[in-house]
Amino acid sequence: MDLCQLTALELAEKLKSGQVTQADAIAAAQARIAAAQPENNAFVTVADEVSPTAGLSASPLAGVPMAYKDNICTKGVKTSCASKILGDFKPPYDATIVERLRAAGAVSLGKLNMDEFAMGSTSETSFYGPVKNPWDLSRVPGGSSGGAAAAVAAGEVWYAIGSDTGGSIRQPAAYCGVTGMKPTYGTVSRYGLIAYASSLDQMGPIARSAADCAAVLDLIQGRDPRDGTSLDAPAGGLLAGLTGDIRGRRVGIPADCFGDGLDGEVRRAVLAAADVLRARGAVVEEFPLPVIRYAVPAYYIIACAEASSNLSRFDGVKYGWRAEHYEDLTELYTKTRTEGFGSEVKRRILLGTFVLSTGYYDAYYKKALQVKAVIKSAFDEAFQKYDLLLTPVAPTTAPKLGESLSDPLQMYLSDIYTVSVNLAGLPGISVPCGFDAKGMPIGAQLIGPALGDGVVLNAAHAFQLETDYHKKAPAEKGGGRA
Amino acid sequence: MKMTEEMVDYVSALARLKLPEEERARMTGELEQILAYMDVLNALDTSSVEPMSHVFPVKNVMREDVVLPSAGRAALLANAPAPDGEAFLVPRTVE
Repeated sequence: MDLCQLTALELAEKLKSGQVTQADAIAAAQARIAAAQPENNAFVTVADEVSPTAGLSASPLAGVPMAYKDNICTKGVKTSCASKILGDFKPPYDATIVERLRAAGAVSLGKLNMDEFAMGSTSETSFYGPVKNPWDLSRVPGGSSGGAAAAVAAGEVWYAIGSDTGGSIRQPAAYCGVTGMKPTYGTVSRYGLIAYASSLDQMGPIARSAADCAAVLDLIQGRDPRDGTSLDAPAGGLLAGLTGDIRGRRVGIPADCFGDGLDGEVRRAVLAAADVLRARGAVVEEFPLPVIRYAVPAYYIIACAEASSNLSRFDGVKYGWRAEHYEDLTELYTKTRTEGFGSEVKRRILLGTFVLSTGYYDAYYKKALQVKAVIKSAFDEAFQKYDLLLTPVAPTTAPKLGESLSDPLQMYLSDIYTVSVNLAGLPGISVPCGFDAKGMPIGAQLIGPALGDGVVLNAAHAFQLETDYHKKAPAEKGGGRA
Repeated sequence: MKMTEEMVDYVSALARLKLPEEERARMTGELEQILAYMDVLNALDTSSVEPMSHVFPVKNVMREDVVLPSAGRAALLANAPAPDGEAFLVPRTVE
């Protein structure tokens, strides 16, 4: 039995029954990380000393080793956002999500690589070098939670926590053949998540099944007074709610998500997923959602505007790295920021500063907030008729390393299917639904109404009861699971 | 939207960035291309739409004012590039 191939819930079961010890599980994961890290670079920091959780609590994931994306604050453990500017920053506190998972017996094996400050769709903009896709090391794992998706795909951890501002959990999960969920905005506390675009940022799990994602969300969702946008909504019960029964569920397929620009193999695989849902009793039909074409520009205006404000805190004074040789305070700030941020981060800060500047605010920022309202109401209307929406996650499978960064606009456009979910604050999951002719994984996205996380997970679970794409693993190269 | 290098300089100064010559030229072209694409939003009439900053009606969140320990000064200064044990050090700003 290869422990590293189990799902998180399967491993937890074996730990509880005593068939496997925590020490065995940790050792197996550490061996896999040691083999895979030189090839896929999924981690920024690998923990040197890992202690098993004391006594196995009743939590369904007690004792299961995992890892956090490197923009999530872990007390005393380097948290870099994969940026030079944070240097060896060691947060003086834990994020709420870290406190909650530790209390539930999670064992952290380290911090995962990502696009710098979560800005990117390829995980190539990391100061610590690009992450590579375990299915083909010449391809990107997606981004920005590329390290999280790669580590789960390669069997290095049983689940990971990523963050998703415009698709950063779902798109790398699709590219790496794993399951990743962005829950409803406000259901997971953002306290301790280093902010990119606060009105869109949300953390969530990347794992090997929808059931694992449900188990993780049961542990991390719930109101937190330290996050003012945290919702006072009931949490828990997602895992228990996975019946796999989707008879009579109405699934809408937005025709505008299957038009030009979508790769034929991806289209076929996602439409085949619709047939699987239909076979289990769901009622599937197409409908128009034309506002989707405005999602990418509205998203980038809002996200960059918020980023330009959030990233003003990085000034070379309070934490992290400081440039050398400066005459005065302004030069200290300017040199530190110019040398400390990478090119993509600077592009987004400049874009955000521009759209907020006098004379352009109304034409860009205010306009984008109006478009956001239009997109939100189009989704509200769709959910009057449907319980769920089914779309692709990305227009293609994982591109080759180096292909995307040369044309930033083209890279932004590839976020077309994921960003509207963040703009509308909705829950969305990416589930593996096939492979292209090159053997690269394809993902399908299920989107639910606000607080419909359980409906989304149950449909994903039903799909995974009928299919085994989520059980496929990359071959040995890159430390794969097979 | 025509983007000029002067506008990039202006925005850079606001953002406390100073791009090297080569990066400045490239960034000007890229920003112009991205902003030109964003103009597609003008095709959508939003004259009667209220701007939406937050998707859920969560406002004026209040809580009891409870005293809790904060991270100590030493812990906070430990991450600073130039602390002196009591404060963050920066170049003199007032003569």
